[in-house]
Amino acid sequence: MSKSRNLLIGLVAFLILVGGLVYLSSAWLSGQDEPSLPQVAIGGPFALKASDGRTVTDQTYRDKWQIIYFGYTLCPDACPTALNDIAGALEKLGPEAAKVQPIFITIDPARDTPKIMGEYVKAFDPRIIGLTGSPAAIATAAREYHVYYAKVADKDAPDGYLMDHSSVIYVMRPGDGRFVATFTHDTSSDQMAERLKKLIGTS
Amino acid sequence: MRRIVLAVAFLAAFAPPVLAQQSSIAVTDAWARATPPGAKTGAAYVTVTNKGTETDKLLSVSTPVAGMAQLHTTINDNGVMKMRPVKSIDVKPGKPLTLKPGGYHLMLMDLKQPLKQGDTFPITLTFAKAGEIHTEVKVQKVGAMGDMGSMQDMPGMNMK
Repeated sequence: MSKSRNLLIGLVAFLILVGGLVYLSSAWLSGQDEPSLPQVAIGGPFALKASDGRTVTDQTYRDKWQIIYFGYTLCPDACPTALNDIAGALEKLGPEAAKVQPIFITIDPARDTPKIMGEYVKAFDPRIIGLTGSPAAIATAAREYHVYYAKVADKDAPDGYLMDHSSVIYVMRPGDGRFVATFTHDTSSDQMAERLKKLIGTS
Repeated sequence: MRRIVLAVAFLAAFAPPVLAQQSSIAVTDAWARATPPGAKTGAAYVTVTNKGTETDKLLSVSTPVAGMAQLHTTINDNGVMKMRPVKSIDVKPGKPLTLKPGGYHLMLMDLKQPLKQGDTFPITLTFAKAGEIHTEVKVQKVGAMGDMGSMQDMPGMNMK
């Protein structure tokens, strides 16, 4: 009972957030050169495991533009699309891609071990880092990024469940690691590369 | 009694063979995404064209490469991606049904081995009216967004 209530509250909070993000992004895209930074606090401390056993925190890649996306490896439709777009954007950025660090964080830590995560992201682009952790560590990271996720029972699915998860791709700027832009599943790799180029160019 | 048996045999022999009827459903451009090592699920996509006059329904999918295959859809619910099984998908006359990433897909679960780029595998789609239709699915790269079959068929591509 209280679990579903928590989920509901989480979902409502998430929807409000997404609404805010969409509003902000559209305000920026409408051509303001000096956008005021959003006042939504997105991102925060997390400590997760990479496939090589390293601990990666929100501080590890502060020298780069971090592209952060949450999903899971047993997701054959939505997640590969996002990761493929990110991989495509890296390719289009050319040498500028060295200033970008894409990070894929699982919301299914029970099944996504560091090894599975490593192999999964490598299939898209070896520059993408896959992170997992304890359920508590994942919950913390997801909360910091206002990511909603939930198990959905499906008797035919592997282990009897599928995952619902929010699919926003966040861009965090170097230095203070502040959130500066979002992409969605509808953002093409061209659009991502274009936007990242602009961001990198003006920094 | 004997006459009846003969009559039945006669009728059976000359009854129009149901299976030989021209199917109004065509399944083309079947492709799947390669799966990373260890991945237990995959997705395949097809285009279904209905050349008949009545709506047909895609009811189920099966393939020897997966322990379980289902019709699924991905719903983008205000930014939350939800993957759900669907009972059937309507195939209307004159309006090709194209399964593609981010919507309807053939969900392959419990894969027996990873789907490798360049491989093909058989798939059987069952329709309410057209019955079973078999086709071969081409495996594209891991994050492919559409059927690149024509590129793979280019001469010289398999020469290395």
